[in-house]
Amino acid sequence: MPKNNDIKKVLVIGSGPIVIGQAAEFDYAGTQACRSLKEEGVTVVLVNSNPATIMTDKDIADMVYIEPLTPDVVKKIILKEKPDSVLPTLGGQAALNIAMELEESGFLAETGTKLIGTTSLTIKKAEDRLEFKNTMEKIGEPCAASVVVTTVAAAVDFAETIGYPVVIRPAYTLGGSGGGIAATKEELIDICTNGLRLSRVGQCLIERCISGWKEIEYEVMRDGAGNCITVCNMENLDPVGVHTGDSIVVAPSQTLSDKEYQMLRTSALNIITELKITGGCNVQYALKPDSFEYCVIEVNPRVSRSSALASKATGYPIAKVAAKIALGYTLDEIPNAITGKTVASFEPALDYCVVKIPKWPFDKFIMAKRTLTTQMKATGEVMSICTNFEGALMKAVRSLEQNIYSMNYGDYSKDSIEDIREKLHLVDDRRIFVIAEAIRRGITPEEINEITKIDLWFIDKIAILTEMEQRLSEEPLTKELLLEAKRMEFPDRVIAQFSGKTLEEVKKLRKEEYGILAAFKTVDTCAAEFEAQTPYYYSCFDSENEVNATKTKKKVLVLGSGPIRIGQGIEFDYCSVHATWSMSKNGFETIIVNNNPETVSTDFDIADKLYFEPLTPEDVENIVDLEQPDGAVVQFGGQTAIKLTEALLKMGVPILGTSAENVDAAEDRELFDEILEKCCIPRPAGKTVFTTEEAIVAANQLGYPVLVRPSYVLGGAGMQIAICDDDVREFMEIINRNVQEHPILVDKYLMGKEVEVDAVCDGEDILIPGIMEHIERAGIHSGDSISVYPAQSVSDKVQDVIVDYTRKLAKSLNVIGLINIQFIVYNEEVYVIEVNPRSSRTVPYISKVTGIPIVDLASKAVLGEKIANLGYGTGLAKKADYIAIKMPVFSFEKLRGADIGLGPEMKSTGECLGIAKTFNEALYKAFLGAGINLPKHKKMILTVKDADKLEAVSVGRRFKALGYEIYATRSTARVLNENGVEAIPVQKLDGEAPTILDLLLGHEIDLVVDTPTQGRDKSRDGFIIRRTSIETGVTCLTSLDTANALLTSLENVADGELSLIDIAKI
Amino acid sequence: MKAFLILEDGHIFEGKHIGSKREVISEIVFNTSMTGYLEILTDPSYAGQAVVMTYPLIGNYGICPSDMESLKAWPDGFIVRELSRVPSNFRSEISLEEFLIQNDIPGITGVDTRSLTKILRESGTMNGMITTNENFVIEDVVNTLKEYKVTGVVGKVSCKEKKVTTHENFKPTDFELAKMTYMASPEMKEAIEKATSNGVCLGEIAMASMQGTAGIAYLNKLAEDENLIKTHYKVALMDFGSKKNIEHCLLKRGCEVTVYPSDTKAEEILATNPDGIMLSNGPGDPAECVEIIEEIKKLYDSNVPIFAICLGHQLMALANGFATKRMKYGHRGANHPVKDLETGRVYLSSQNHGYVVVEDTIDETKAEVRFINANDKTIEGLKYKNKNIFTVQFHPEACAGPQDSEFLFDEFMKMMEVNA
Repeated sequence: MPKNNDIKKVLVIGSGPIVIGQAAEFDYAGTQACRSLKEEGVTVVLVNSNPATIMTDKDIADMVYIEPLTPDVVKKIILKEKPDSVLPTLGGQAALNIAMELEESGFLAETGTKLIGTTSLTIKKAEDRLEFKNTMEKIGEPCAASVVVTTVAAAVDFAETIGYPVVIRPAYTLGGSGGGIAATKEELIDICTNGLRLSRVGQCLIERCISGWKEIEYEVMRDGAGNCITVCNMENLDPVGVHTGDSIVVAPSQTLSDKEYQMLRTSALNIITELKITGGCNVQYALKPDSFEYCVIEVNPRVSRSSALASKATGYPIAKVAAKIALGYTLDEIPNAITGKTVASFEPALDYCVVKIPKWPFDKFIMAKRTLTTQMKATGEVMSICTNFEGALMKAVRSLEQNIYSMNYGDYSKDSIEDIREKLHLVDDRRIFVIAEAIRRGITPEEINEITKIDLWFIDKIAILTEMEQRLSEEPLTKELLLEAKRMEFPDRVIAQFSGKTLEEVKKLRKEEYGILAAFKTVDTCAAEFEAQTPYYYSCFDSENEVNATKTKKKVLVLGSGPIRIGQGIEFDYCSVHATWSMSKNGFETIIVNNNPETVSTDFDIADKLYFEPLTPEDVENIVDLEQPDGAVVQFGGQTAIKLTEALLKMGVPILGTSAENVDAAEDRELFDEILEKCCIPRPAGKTVFTTEEAIVAANQLGYPVLVRPSYVLGGAGMQIAICDDDVREFMEIINRNVQEHPILVDKYLMGKEVEVDAVCDGEDILIPGIMEHIERAGIHSGDSISVYPAQSVSDKVQDVIVDYTRKLAKSLNVIGLINIQFIVYNEEVYVIEVNPRSSRTVPYISKVTGIPIVDLASKAVLGEKIANLGYGTGLAKKADYIAIKMPVFSFEKLRGADIGLGPEMKSTGECLGIAKTFNEALYKAFLGAGINLPKHKKMILTVKDADKLEAVSVGRRFKALGYEIYATRSTARVLNENGVEAIPVQKLDGEAPTILDLLLGHEIDLVVDTPTQGRDKSRDGFIIRRTSIETGVTCLTSLDTANALLTSLENVADGELSLIDIAKI
Repeated sequence: MKAFLILEDGHIFEGKHIGSKREVISEIVFNTSMTGYLEILTDPSYAGQAVVMTYPLIGNYGICPSDMESLKAWPDGFIVRELSRVPSNFRSEISLEEFLIQNDIPGITGVDTRSLTKILRESGTMNGMITTNENFVIEDVVNTLKEYKVTGVVGKVSCKEKKVTTHENFKPTDFELAKMTYMASPEMKEAIEKATSNGVCLGEIAMASMQGTAGIAYLNKLAEDENLIKTHYKVALMDFGSKKNIEHCLLKRGCEVTVYPSDTKAEEILATNPDGIMLSNGPGDPAECVEIIEEIKKLYDSNVPIFAICLGHQLMALANGFATKRMKYGHRGANHPVKDLETGRVYLSSQNHGYVVVEDTIDETKAEVRFINANDKTIEGLKYKNKNIFTVQFHPEACAGPQDSEFLFDEFMKMMEVNA
């Protein structure tokens, strides 16, 4: 079936802000699909509220709306743009839900717009629990038995018929709170009672427990003619019970015989056929390890995180093919871009092994529960490719950038064998390292399997790795031994550590004496059966190198930003990709190195060559040895790339753009202070320290409050505001848990207005596309603040000072490329608090709203062009016609135990944009896009720290004026009432009902404003209040500045007459 | 112990010896299936060849004997990148290495199989030697390899005596058994019980148990109306190296299957008045099977419906005067897309062939192309005009590989039904 020519203009719905469970993979899928649609001459209209994405670039779609993803907004866009079709399968669950609503309300029919890629019937069959169960029953595909109950008695009845254990999942609670597994009637009564109470609708799902079964996934494609293929299958190392997004996943499956493989494959094809999906689909199975029994866990009738992983694991571009199918093509009409000889209706054959490991935010949320459950907690992931599983696992582990380089991680020296046995029962992010330790202690693989249910095959692989550790520490480092260690991807530093040699000695022995070098292989979808056209490579040892260095053009190495984590998100992929495109346009051959399967940068057609490799010095050096690039750019890949600067210089690779010394100067306190002094730029007073004692002395000299933080960190990691010596002691202890190579900084904390600029510099001139101002006062990480462009309350005088300081700093740091500077404006004085001579998280949004292609200009500056000649002027650019507000978005509901109070350490996972002609409308859109949609009970809870009490009065008054009933803790209530704002005093947690907890569990509260005491909040009460509100789905704000902004937005809620702004026309 | 794989073009791969210690010369072919090494090892079509697995981790799930496609392993040698130390699967009885030893198959592990595959892809299938003798003289080995030619393999793999299996002897596979018993829903279990007590054959129950509510309805109807119970067609299966699952697919559909040795005369088969004839898969150069082709001509002239797979398909083409040719490196794997030109549908198929029917030599008055390979557009299936004959190059019986085209056996059933 050739292309359907009735489809001329398509609305693509994106997935919105990045939250846990919905990350960069949709930018990858969306970008690929939009390009695929445009290739076919289709006009693409795009809506996505996430400004950090590549898909919202004007070169990706024809019309781009960075607007809140709500059905009303999408309706407006449809009415304005009149697309003939809507493609909702590329924007995750968010897009599917909107499509469903538009279809069910009859809007699509009324406007003559059709859904392509899926139908509402398909979505319903896959998403509605009962419809799904009936559909599976019809085609004989088993699901785990389950029932929805509203009483404990009904739950017990059901459990008695299917047998214990059973899983309890309360309906509509976030973060899986209140759920659990019950092995006995007593446990069931206990969990179910609590679950029914927590559930907003008073319902629990009771399900047969299949935890411990193998978890297997299939990625399936189907076209309109009914042709089906599976792109690949994947096996989770972690058995059922851990969310697949939190599992270590291997592709293809390793422990399934062909009979099991084909059984599940046939089942997946039956399901996609019955659901009549046209496009991609993901089917998850639980497979009993000791029989052929299986259950269908879930079907996602759209592209997903797993499909992004499958695409990268196989080289099969799922989103691209799905878009072509949506246009009417059949699989056999779509060529396979990798081979050029085959067609899309084939199944990739892998001749390597792929391992994915999630990246969890537990380093950020040290209080959060690390237990892994059916609620996903990871913010991102890394993938690695090798010819053996051991090697792939080792490469993946070091790609996480957590200072883990082998299976030997964590200190178990104080644990007895019994302690280790006990720890094996704990399912958390450290489980594989505990398994490795268990093996070292002689616990048998069978026992480990018995406890963890992890397949013996995987346990044996970990055993092989621990045996190699042993051999390296006992045997002489012969060529055979070293080769074997390298074959399983032991990095030189680990070999050095175990063999008692230095890194240099090992490297020399390996490379010079033994000639053991990394070889590169191609990902070609066909296991070498056909010649591949696409340069997508991975390294391994003990093999023939099949990749030749090209020598035609000058070559530049672009280092990516690794896994998505809090503080280093999708915006750095945006920058890396744009830098690559820019370098390419300027005549360079581009080489990308990255390890994140969710991103656009690891799509094989972005750079001239893609090396899917860990971003460590040794791995990068292997590539450098082969390619001999003329230079490397590190300023676009966030801290991950910056960290490689020194190593690259040692390899003799010139750093293009700002020099390494100057990057250092910005990070090194003393050097930086010298520069500031030379430029006469003030900064809050501060000192560098190493020990706790020094820190306390420094803090007292500066006067509390002070900021304590390690240097060279991401997103304010480990940064805290201390108000007393005890705080300093506590924070220093936490910081020093990891060995610090650099001193720790103690700074005077000024609570002023925070202002931020990004600038492009060529060594002489600068271009500042815009000045941004934060709604929240200093003390809250810039990534967690609401950021407003252009700055609204900065005087002309201050603005001139900021431009002047920016120019001076850029010049004295010799910045070539990008610089990001954060200022505090305090009593009309401007202080510099942070300088990053690299790209930042605000670059994408400022590029979009100003229409200035910041990364492209910076890349040109890096290549030696002068800003003055680039056509965008110099100095501070003219203000855009629009106001753009970047709103942080959090994933707290997914992380049990994490404190949601905002502070100097970044906690948000993503962002959305509100863009409009007026400040109020932009603010309203930003809140709407962030999903802060207050229900209509008009009841709120206010509880603030002492310092905020007076300011709370005006906040209370404004809420009151909006008709809110205010509940407040006793002291807050007293202040409010004394000042004429009526508030109902309530107990915190204990004491007479109603307490705050009762109110929250009554599900009638719209909003909680709770400002935590400064320093790390010691009061368990406040913590429990904030957690409970998050877990019952109540919006909770922890800064009065944010509350005031929300009030402004609420007071100015127009009438839904939001304007639409096409970014592509800016 | 060290082992070497020496190729006809002088390439030498060093690895570690596995399996039998014999030195062996064979034609080296690669297979891209990621699972199914046991099915591949026990597929008689690999007789006269040494198989390279392109997937690097082999032996992970050990040996599950019920998955064997014949009673023993056939390849001359087995070449892998890495052999699993610990096989892990609930059905596994021994390790792959033990199996190779038991079957006297020499092998080599630790070979860069991707590099080897690229050589075979670029230069075409060639001969090679697996040896543990470190003191080989490369010139001599290459000369020997160049002279080596595999012949007469069909005779070696075919059964020696005819054997009849009735539908009552149908033995469900492990998965079919699971679907009929512990995985069946209560409704399905009830329907199966009723159908069993009413004498519905086990094969039909196994098929129905896969089909959800439609299967339940079908079994319930069968239990009520005996007239619906399938005729047990008598099928003659010419064994040129037949995989077990061909017979299984027929038995499952209620057939009585008589397996004949490859040198059986057409008259002998036709004298038994079979309802249908199946020509099986098998090894080697089809053009070499001159005598068999003569017999197939007679089968073609009879009015008996014929379904042929792989070598059978090539032999039927040769019997009609079409030509076959050797492919550069053949199709061996579980991911080959074939397009049904009648419906436009594409199916993924399991394939194992080094020869192919030459398109230009097909007499359009006698046959039309029904299936082509969606990748290289080579002939994958023919339908003979004015005859109840259709043949396919790929493996609808799967094992290893996708089961997408098993419906072709149903078409064969239909053909016999119409003819009866």
